Amino acid sequence: MSEEHKVYLKKIKKKNRLVLITQIIVFILFIVLWEIASHYNLINTFLTSSPSNVVKTIISLYKEGNLFKHIFITAYETIISFFIGTLIGLIIASLMWWNNFTARVISPYLTILNSLPKVALGPILIIWVGANMNSIIVMALLISVIITIINAYHGFSNTDESRIKLLKSFKASKWQIFTNLVIPGNIKTIFNILKINISMSLIGVIMGELLVSKEGLGYLIMYGSQVFNLNLVMTGIILLCCLSIIIYYIIVMTEKKFIKYY
Amino acid sequence: MKEILKIVKLNKRYHTVNGEIEAVKDFSFNVDDSSFIAIVGPSGCGKSTILSILCGIEKKSGGKILFNKKDAVIGYMLQNDTLLPWLSVLDNALLGLKINGNLNKETKERTISLIKTYGLGDFINSYPSSLSGGMRQRVALIRTLAINPDILLLDEAFSSLDYQTRLEVSNDVYEIIKKEKKTTIMVTHDIGEAISMADTVIVLSKRPAKIKNVYKIKFNDNTTPSDKRTHEQFNTYYKMIWEDLDINV
Ligand SMILES: Nc1ncnc2c1ncn2[C@@H]1O[C@H](COP(=O)(O)OP(=O)(O)OP(=O)(O)O)[C@@H](O)[C@H]1O
Ligand SMILES: [Mg+2]
Repeated sequence: MSEEHKVYLKKIKKKNRLVLITQIIVFILFIVLWEIASHYNLINTFLTSSPSNVVKTIISLYKEGNLFKHIFITAYETIISFFIGTLIGLIIASLMWWNNFTARVISPYLTILNSLPKVALGPILIIWVGANMNSIIVMALLISVIITIINAYHGFSNTDESRIKLLKSFKASKWQIFTNLVIPGNIKTIFNILKINISMSLIGVIMGELLVSKEGLGYLIMYGSQVFNLNLVMTGIILLCCLSIIIYYIIVMTEKKFIKYY
Repeated sequence: MKEILKIVKLNKRYHTVNGEIEAVKDFSFNVDDSSFIAIVGPSGCGKSTILSILCGIEKKSGGKILFNKKDAVIGYMLQNDTLLPWLSVLDNALLGLKINGNLNKETKERTISLIKTYGLGDFINSYPSSLSGGMRQRVALIRTLAINPDILLLDEAFSSLDYQTRLEVSNDVYEIIKKEKKTTIMVTHDIGEAISMADTVIVLSKRPAKIKNVYKIKFNDNTTPSDKRTHEQFNTYYKMIWEDLDINV
């Protein structure tokens, strides 16, 4: 490695570190300002809560033994609907790729379903599935499944023609084309779908919890606002942030493990 | 010489909603074993179509294609760079064997030795993104040779390369093909490439492709393609073929 290159790498590292440090400072500054402003009554803590109150709330939730219960419930619902939604979506997209007739029949319905705000189906779901965890999962699943189908099918059907030709020249069967070309060629698309679906599932789960549940972070937020306990609401939102960051990060790490050819 | 392939009155029409396209018309030709045939013709005249039909990717509309043996294996090297970016050089080279179910210890060893013989030994576990254009085409050729084809079809295999690399790769590929004694049909729009590599050049008319002329290419001594380009005979052939094509346009 030449000296010049070392200097170059050092420079990049330094820049990256600077960005990270600034990001951390902005975060800390935000928390500190929030705390100071509430401490000196510059803002109405009844409406905005404060970092120390959030911490206190988290501690008391923990002491009541409810903290992890709420987090786990939400995480559980999210992950279940995420997996089922993604799986069903990918399977349907694959069927559409496999059979053009199916694709053409389904397409307009997908467009309609995609433009429909799934939240509007909430009340019906509650009646059909019941006011329980199942309707929350179904709701979250509905939100992610349509967009999964659309994105995955788009990726699948844009598989490079000359690569398909190449495989055909080796007398590949349709299944071989699917497993050797369509799926690995769309790994990036699939991971993007996973990333989108995690937030979609979370949105769905929180929506559902706001509507029906007795537990979970969405319930915490809803309950807090009903009794005007804004500490609880803020705590719920912050815990939700943490949860979504953790799940998102897991997907990014998996992606890095998977995609190594760049 | 032994004939390996007979093409008789090959016809091809494409059907689209906007109408019918006649791509190939009464194309007849016999291919000798170990010969190197180049097909030149105006852009869009149906050259790729002929190769696609030979290799079974497209259906013919009429005519006969007779190989001298049942289940002849055909190696097709396509116009674009078609290495799969998510596979290593070795896995790319083994792709054909994997797909047609002939991947075993012996064929794998053979492919590895091809990779080493043709100067890619150091890159066997690299991904295509770290190879130069010329190296990529060499991997693509090895992938095609790995299935041990009876006949090799090259479709503008070097057109994506810059001129310098293209001359080098032509030399490499020529050497590889001669060494492996492969019967080859190469499509190109580069007259020079055709003359310097092939022993027979077929000139096609504009669409639908019909044979306009066939040239037997003979040089006094058999050297590399880039050497042939400096021969007197090269210019003579070049002029004849160029005029053939020019009249078409
Ligand atoms: N799948 C297809 N459907 C309809 N028409 C096609 C199809 N493939 C090729 N054609 C048409 O058939 C004609 C011959 O195409 P082909 O690709 O064989 O030409 P070519 O000689 O290889 O051209 P180029 O020099 O551009 O590679 C063209 O007019 C093309 O538009
Ligand atoms: Mg072509």
